[in-house]
Amino acid sequence: MIEILTYPFMQRALIAALLTGLIAPAIGTYIVQRRLSLLGDGLGHVALAGVGLALLTGTAPIPIAVVACVAGAVVVEVLRQRGKATGDVGLAILFYGGLAAGVFLSGISGVGAGGLAQYLFGSLTTVTTNDLKLIAVLAIVILVITFGLAPQLYAVSTDEEFARTLGLRVRLYNIAVVSLAAITVALAMRTVGLLLVSALMVVPVAAARNLVRGFTAALIGAVAIGAVTALGGAAASFYANAAPGAFIVLLAIAVFLLSWPISYLLRRRRTAAVLPELVDDDELVAPHTVTESHPHRHAPGCGHPAVKHGDHTDFIHEGHRHAAHADHYDEH
Amino acid sequence: MLLEANTVLAAEDLTVELGGLPVLRGVTISVRAGEAVALLGGNGSGKSTLVRTLLGLLPHKRGTVRLFGTPLHDFADWSHIGYVPQRSPALLGGSKVKEIVAAGRLAHRKHFRPLSRADRDAVRSATALVGLSEQLNADIAALSGGQQQRVLIARALAGQPDLLVLDEPTSGVDLEHQRALAEVLAQLLSAGTSVLVVLHEVGPLRSLIDRAIVLTDGRVAHDGPLGDLGQHHRWLGGHEQLDHDQSASHDHDKGSESLLGGAIEP
Repeated sequence: MIEILTYPFMQRALIAALLTGLIAPAIGTYIVQRRLSLLGDGLGHVALAGVGLALLTGTAPIPIAVVACVAGAVVVEVLRQRGKATGDVGLAILFYGGLAAGVFLSGISGVGAGGLAQYLFGSLTTVTTNDLKLIAVLAIVILVITFGLAPQLYAVSTDEEFARTLGLRVRLYNIAVVSLAAITVALAMRTVGLLLVSALMVVPVAAARNLVRGFTAALIGAVAIGAVTALGGAAASFYANAAPGAFIVLLAIAVFLLSWPISYLLRRRRTAAVLPELVDDDELVAPHTVTESHPHRHAPGCGHPAVKHGDHTDFIHEGHRHAAHADHYDEH
Repeated sequence: MLLEANTVLAAEDLTVELGGLPVLRGVTISVRAGEAVALLGGNGSGKSTLVRTLLGLLPHKRGTVRLFGTPLHDFADWSHIGYVPQRSPALLGGSKVKEIVAAGRLAHRKHFRPLSRADRDAVRSATALVGLSEQLNADIAALSGGQQQRVLIARALAGQPDLLVLDEPTSGVDLEHQRALAEVLAQLLSAGTSVLVVLHEVGPLRSLIDRAIVLTDGRVAHDGPLGDLGQHHRWLGGHEQLDHDQSASHDHDKGSESLLGGAIEP
């Protein structure tokens, strides 16, 4: 067995990293679709207030951070729905208020701002059994919702107004999406960390969108990339003895950078294979296009404008022009 | 206003303010089952605001809206309604055509259930009806503007609605697409679907329209047959004295001019 798997703390850390790698891009796909890519970053700041509170009260930080983060996310979403967060000022106050509160609370708890670093960038040795249980339960909830309700969440994230005319409870779905994002951010504090979790919600999605076509394929691709990079980054950080968040995010960005040349090659192959599909058939009139059905016989004086065209006469007919050719009409 | 039993959409004394400014001032309109109604008017006359209010996308200050006889706030069976917006963020990319069209089935679908056979069939036939069967798996961003507009129409049709509401489906679309749209609407009307369509000009849809409502400055300035437009005849587009084929060719749409121009030069 590989060395790192023999340490119980590494087993816990790797499972936590895998789960984070699965859920962050899963919910991130909807966040990116809603063009809220930086939401996760802001929520990370809010989660710090929860961490500060936990340090002050001597309780486990993840559950309190989850509550603080979800509360912050719901406030942000309600402000947005009421059209009051358009100026971004409300968001900024909330986010930096969370950061300041986290630093302040950790300061008066005696831990100090330096003690927050492990929550900002992740720390493999700190994943407790209780943390892992909570992460596992919430990760399952998030995966069931992001995949099970994918059609509804896709519709709401893609075209909110149309979703409302489908009778979907758009506000509820939107609050659900940001709440799940908030939970993900808080759960990720042990692995990628609160400052870097947003990258794991966005970068795998961007990479997957380069590589595959369509929303569903991108969702699955992003989750796969997220899982691989989170596991790989966590393992690498063990050997390098550095914060796992940095490795995970750098690995994800490397995949994203690689996705450009790969997508270029894929697209070239795809275009060659399906060129007719991509050609705009509406503006293109082939040299010999046969009119599908044409019971009327054009003749001089039949009522349709006649145009001389080389060796024959074309007749203008409902905006297109065609001429008799053998037993059919050609489009000209 | 008397509510007839077969009225699918009715608005009475509808007043809407946007940003404190009145946009609709006491609008009363209705659409009967199987009817094709054109909503005409200039920019800023309140056409889009009206349809968006009728669908509950904008709040109204005064008045009532009834969909299939039910007050808007109690209306729940949205599978009756098909909405084709003027623009959609869905067109920005990242989706396959079939994913966007399949979203139109959601009023029929239950949570945590995959697409049923009926859903798939509806997506396929809606896409075929607008002539995009070949593009089902294409990225939406790879399509032309006219094709993207047809995807939005297919999305609404996938829900097999009884009332189709279209917001300027012909704007920025060349004559060929307008004519294709007219064919699609003709098929739907013959199947009994009711249509409310916002238009800048009637153009190729003229022969389908049963009734025209002209909005001017947020008020109904005309409500009656197309032939009686009187002083509002300019919304017809084209030239009334010409027969149907030729009036279609005289549409003022830029795309149609280039189409015709290309056709006349030998």
